[in-house]
Amino acid sequence: MEINLEEAFQKRIDDEIKIEPRDWMPEKYRKTLLRQISQHAHSEIVGMLPEGNWITRAPNLRRKVALLAKVQDEAGHGLYLYSAAETLGMSRDEMLNELHIGKAKYSSIFNYPTLTWADMGAIGWLVDGAAIMNQVPLCRASYGPYARAMVRVCKEESFHQRQGYEIMLTLCQGTPEQKAMAQDALNRWWWPSMMMFGPNDDNSPNSAQSTKWKIKRFSNDELRQKFVDVSVPQAEILGITIPDPDLKWNEARGHFDFGVINWDEFNQVVAGNGPCNKQRLKARVDAWEKGAWVREAAVAYAEKREKRNLSKENTNAA
Amino acid sequence: MAEKDLLYNYTLHLADNSMILGQRCGEWCGHGPVLEQDIALTNIALDLIGEARSLYQLAADLKGGSATEDTVAFLRDVLGYKNVLLVEQPNTDWAYTIVRQFFYDVFHFYLHSELIHSTETRLSNIAAKSIKEVTYHLKWSSEWMIRLGDGTDLSRDKMQEAVNGLWEFTGELFMPSKIEQQAFEAGFAPDLNILKPMWQEKVEDILAESTLYIPEREYQQKGGKTGVHSEHMGFILADMQFLQRAYPGANW
Repeated sequence: MEINLEEAFQKRIDDEIKIEPRDWMPEKYRKTLLRQISQHAHSEIVGMLPEGNWITRAPNLRRKVALLAKVQDEAGHGLYLYSAAETLGMSRDEMLNELHIGKAKYSSIFNYPTLTWADMGAIGWLVDGAAIMNQVPLCRASYGPYARAMVRVCKEESFHQRQGYEIMLTLCQGTPEQKAMAQDALNRWWWPSMMMFGPNDDNSPNSAQSTKWKIKRFSNDELRQKFVDVSVPQAEILGITIPDPDLKWNEARGHFDFGVINWDEFNQVVAGNGPCNKQRLKARVDAWEKGAWVREAAVAYAEKREKRNLSKENTNAA
Repeated sequence: MAEKDLLYNYTLHLADNSMILGQRCGEWCGHGPVLEQDIALTNIALDLIGEARSLYQLAADLKGGSATEDTVAFLRDVLGYKNVLLVEQPNTDWAYTIVRQFFYDVFHFYLHSELIHSTETRLSNIAAKSIKEVTYHLKWSSEWMIRLGDGTDLSRDKMQEAVNGLWEFTGELFMPSKIEQQAFEAGFAPDLNILKPMWQEKVEDILAESTLYIPEREYQQKGGKTGVHSEHMGFILADMQFLQRAYPGANW
């Protein structure tokens, strides 16, 4: 019986029919998705911190409003994604708890510091750019609630990316100091952005199953290559240099060749040793703990009000 | 004072109130007690800074020359800011943030309800646009006053402490500065004496529903409207103006 269910499940996926919350699904599919979607939701929430850092310091009013709106969008993405993950049987509070105790991961990119205003540009251009490469295929993911959440997320992300690139463009057309700021941000964010696509394909053990389930549509290395090919001409327009001496056009492949990623650094950041891992997690835990009395009071008030309404109804009925 | 200067100074006072409160609300972004409220408070920050921008643009037009919303907003020192002390008070915690917001929202709501009738159409247009937003802010902060005041013992204590801590900054809202007095006489600003009882009644109603009370302490601080601020103001501006000061004249 089990085997038939699995076969029917796989057939639906092969036929590009979306899997919905009430449908039967293999336990491993549910777990894989729950891990991936909650990790994605956590990334949105932790991702608010490095940019939120610059809200009070934004250089003018237009940029301040745009940055506030952008970070707010990330909170919104977190909401859609937590809701999508909840359909797989875990509450938002449970997911947050896993983040707070260090059991659940989030994207390692957010463990790097934002040091100058140019980092707001570089994050929009490169980090959101890499995120879009990863996320656009997820709009066709086999799990319905995830795919639908990603459609909304991707629309906003592409707006953020244009906004980030426009910050870079303004800096690169500005004073020599501003252009140097932009170059420095590119130097610091390039390689961490390249790492956002995950390990090389021959070192990515879960990819085959995710591909079969149509949670994943392109391999890590395919997406990384696409990111490089798109970013090189964009850097040329800006007039700044990607920090990779091995970067060059390969006529035969029709792609840019690029240097070897420092996987040791990647593994260290994933293991918790990035420059801001401790600070990011602490900020999230602090917000949660300091908000506990607010959440408790909101629940207590709602219960009181319900009781009062009930006794009012009873009095009226009598 | 020439009418144009008067309007400039009055507009600046209104803009600074919204700007500085928006800046404070923006500090919460990413750190709220629950995701939905993080989003709500960021919305309020966006509305306030949006309103400040309209007012700074009007101020820049009145000033003329190369003035822009940004030169007006970013290139004054502490003494040049004319916002009330209330809005520059630190976030402290969610209770202080809600109470500060509520006290200001009630004022903001009645102020703009009058300002939409201003003889100065550029001001009345801005007020007409922002009154819709302010109506929502007041609803939001009133609901949180009640929810937390009448929530748990702990939340009531925290809210009462915030009411006690912030009460002394509410009186300044209704002590007219010279600018406000002259603007009222010129016909484009409302009479603060009319607003005060409306504010008082609304605040008393909501505090009563929140099971909170007005502290007995009567003494009221003042100074913000004339540029004599609390020590917090310098730090707010140090953050806010850092890039404008470090890279003078740059485009961003």
